[in-house]
Amino acid sequence: MASEARKALFEPLVSNNPIALQILGICSALAVTTQLSVALIMCLALTSVTAFSNLSISLIRNHVPSSIRIIVQMTIIASLVIVVDQVLKAYAFDVSKKLAVFVGLIITNCIVMGRAEAYAMKNGPWNSFLDGIGNGLGYSVILIIVGTVRELFGSGSLLGYQILSPVSEGGWYVPNGLMLLAPSAFIIIGLTIWGIRAFYPEQVEKPDFEMQNAHNTAAHGGGSH
Amino acid sequence: MKMNMNMLRQGGFFHLPNDNIVKTIGVATLLCLLCSVVVSGAATILKPQQVANKLLDKKSNILTVAGIVDANKTVDELFTQIEPRIVDMASGEYTDAVDAITFDQRKAANDTEYRIDLDKSQDIASIRGMSKYGNVYLLRDGNEVSKIILPIKGYGLWSTMYGFIALESDGQTVSGITFYEHGETPGLGGEIENEKWQASWSGKQLSNAQGEPVLSVIKGNVSSATPGAEYKIDGLAGATLTSNGVSNLIKFWMGKNAFGPYLERVRSGKAQASVNKLLNTEKG
Repeated sequence: MASEARKALFEPLVSNNPIALQILGICSALAVTTQLSVALIMCLALTSVTAFSNLSISLIRNHVPSSIRIIVQMTIIASLVIVVDQVLKAYAFDVSKKLAVFVGLIITNCIVMGRAEAYAMKNGPWNSFLDGIGNGLGYSVILIIVGTVRELFGSGSLLGYQILSPVSEGGWYVPNGLMLLAPSAFIIIGLTIWGIRAFYPEQVEKPDFEMQNAHNTAAHGGGSH
Repeated sequence: MKMNMNMLRQGGFFHLPNDNIVKTIGVATLLCLLCSVVVSGAATILKPQQVANKLLDKKSNILTVAGIVDANKTVDELFTQIEPRIVDMASGEYTDAVDAITFDQRKAANDTEYRIDLDKSQDIASIRGMSKYGNVYLLRDGNEVSKIILPIKGYGLWSTMYGFIALESDGQTVSGITFYEHGETPGLGGEIENEKWQASWSGKQLSNAQGEPVLSVIKGNVSSATPGAEYKIDGLAGATLTSNGVSNLIKFWMGKNAFGPYLERVRSGKAQASVNKLLNTEKG
């Protein structure tokens, strides 16, 4: 039992990461990672929503009619997100201003919904709660990596503290504007997935189809590169 | 239906099979009730804190733009130096038609009682409508007004940007600007929050000799050699549309449809006089 709980908590961190392996929740990973501090609050918000939505869905899982189960899950998730948003507005006003609409968008984050459907509907409350925390932390790991790279190279700072002094303030570093735009997050997530799969080769998917070798031989030989 | 009733009697609601219609509707109803209690409970309990946060944020922005920073004093203590007033936009005169402390120009823009709709040719800042009364915040130095703080808003690339601009007592020289709410791209348009950029507004001139607002954000950088440098602000790199939005909102709010008439009075010294007169009557 304890091993099941440990699996639920730690497996999503790297080996079954929701972003890197399950490829869920990419959208907010692009949107809130230009500054590390904002990314951290987003991680906290998402982790608590995933944990508590898993917990409450698991508690009522035996009484959820299958015909309306998605609506039931959505209602619970949406309510939790509104509560989180209200709490942020009351106690972390500055950050809530920066996150703005993205807190509300946790509702549509596939990780929350995905874990509710895939895990909480079939497992007990405690394990579901841990699974929620684990997946939230797995999401956090990627967000922190992306946020660190983007803020460091995009603005030359980390958590608002200047590390590379930018040219505009008399330093030497020319901030990389691409890092502040969404595509850079795609590139960083891609590289991260590559790194993880280099350590866990079993995560590498089989190609959907293979190039036939015949095309690469004599007839097309010279120009194939 | 009869079957449902029998089943209910036998085992109670929670023993009904999950796909039973009564159970489906029952679960949905119960869940909705529970969730609505949680959501409205959270909203009600946290509301006072949120309202206080918003007000505090607004006050601290007014103080920042006025250049009053003192880490040892609370925002409320510092705010006692600021005198909120109401201006009638059309005439530019101070008015007591509404309460200067509670009146909110931003809210009033959506209130039919105070709203003025703007037509296309007037609506430079893309805000569609504005309040007929404006909030003005005066920083006093003894009896003299030393700074005038005006609320500004306008559309950038993605969002409406809300801020304040502080003018010297001549109604012509900019002393500071700040934006407290916007949804522009962080790092690009979001740089309207950058303190260095905001500081570059200080000392710039608002209007030309004809009294038309000409201060604008240009493309590229302004150096002292740039002709008309006192009317130009450095552009934000990679954020042309946000920069244009800022230029437009200055043009609108300092122009004849908004605070223009008021600023005209300030420049000619009339507004100052009316404040002093009011102060004297208060004393007497």
